[in-house]
Amino acid sequence: MFKDIEHLIRLAAVIAVALVAFVILRAAVVPHSFGQYGHYRGAAIGETASRPIAFAGHDACEGCHTDVVDQKKLGKHVVVACEACHGALAKHADDPGSVQPTKLDTAIVCARCHEANSAKPQGFPQVATADHSGGLACDTCHQPHRPKIEAEGKK
Amino acid sequence: MDITRRRLLALLPAAAVAWKYVLAGTPEASPNYKLTEHWWGMLIDIPKCIGCGSCVRACAEENDVPEGYYRTWIERYHVADWKIERPEVESPDGGKQGFPPHADDGGKNFFVPKLCNQCAESPCTQVCPVGATFVTPDGVVLVDKSYCLGCRYCIQACPYGCRFLNPKTNTAEKCSLCYHRITKGLTTACCEVCPTGARQLADLKNPKDPIHEFLKTHTVQVLKPHMATGAKVFYNGMDGSVR
Repeated sequence: MFKDIEHLIRLAAVIAVALVAFVILRAAVVPHSFGQYGHYRGAAIGETASRPIAFAGHDACEGCHTDVVDQKKLGKHVVVACEACHGALAKHADDPGSVQPTKLDTAIVCARCHEANSAKPQGFPQVATADHSGGLACDTCHQPHRPKIEAEGKK
Repeated sequence: MDITRRRLLALLPAAAVAWKYVLAGTPEASPNYKLTEHWWGMLIDIPKCIGCGSCVRACAEENDVPEGYYRTWIERYHVADWKIERPEVESPDGGKQGFPPHADDGGKNFFVPKLCNQCAESPCTQVCPVGATFVTPDGVVLVDKSYCLGCRYCIQACPYGCRFLNPKTNTAEKCSLCYHRITKGLTTACCEVCPTGARQLADLKNPKDPIHEFLKTHTVQVLKPHMATGAKVFYNGMDGSVR
């Protein structure tokens, strides 16, 4: 047999201690949810999902603003969500009293979609605003929620 | 930022607290949401896109995207009649403020909205050395920003250029398909504000989702199908020149 077997025993002891230390350290350092669904921290899914929203969604608007909803139903803008023009208003939906949306400048907001561009689909209503209105705000003539101009008296 | 020894020592207790938070994690935000019952994607109807930039602005606001970086953006393609193999693509400020009017110089002109393709076999998650980016059981590619080292491997790996390094947090960032919204039953911010319905969120595991009828009745393509990334952003009416 080996003459100096105690050398090997000592080495084995050191390795065993290192192994135990590694296992303990690993258990302490690896997040609890790591590996729950795969090779990542499972809790990260819940963390991402818990972020607050900025856009309330049109269902939230329709609860209160029924008059606007009725107006929109009569025109082509029925498909356009409120926040497409009015901006993110989840804070307003949470607290309608203290957070108020700002009044929009139709000369800017309407042009974002309706300014003529050769890359826009052919059927989409487009105007060169400079020629069409000469800088006038669009809501001078058009009602933004129901933009088609109809004969006097029918409005 | 200069880190002196004194400053580092002062930061250690804060780091310890932060790490404890990382270890424990926070509970699920939407208790009624079941991860296994959804498989998310998106439909983009190119002939409907008017390049208004609403989606880009909404995304930036919803997700606090830093100025000059984009989780979604719009490209304007110009394919000249005589130079089909070399389309001209532009995306000024990601299309955030729309596109300046162009002289109608013939050829073919159209807009293509881009975003993370939520690949089922995503190259970005495969290269992450620490498991900070992953495909969730409901098919969304997310970044765990408290775990990300900022090594940028994923940014190089994404064939679609959808990732960037957030200059504030120094961690990788990308479209999360508004995971905080879709798990609450809302649509994404970009789909919410799209005025023409060119972007539509799709739940492929929901048999009632209109996406199924659409996929059956239209010729739909994904970006770079030859890379077999399992992309789940479906493009309708996409021209062959789109990269």
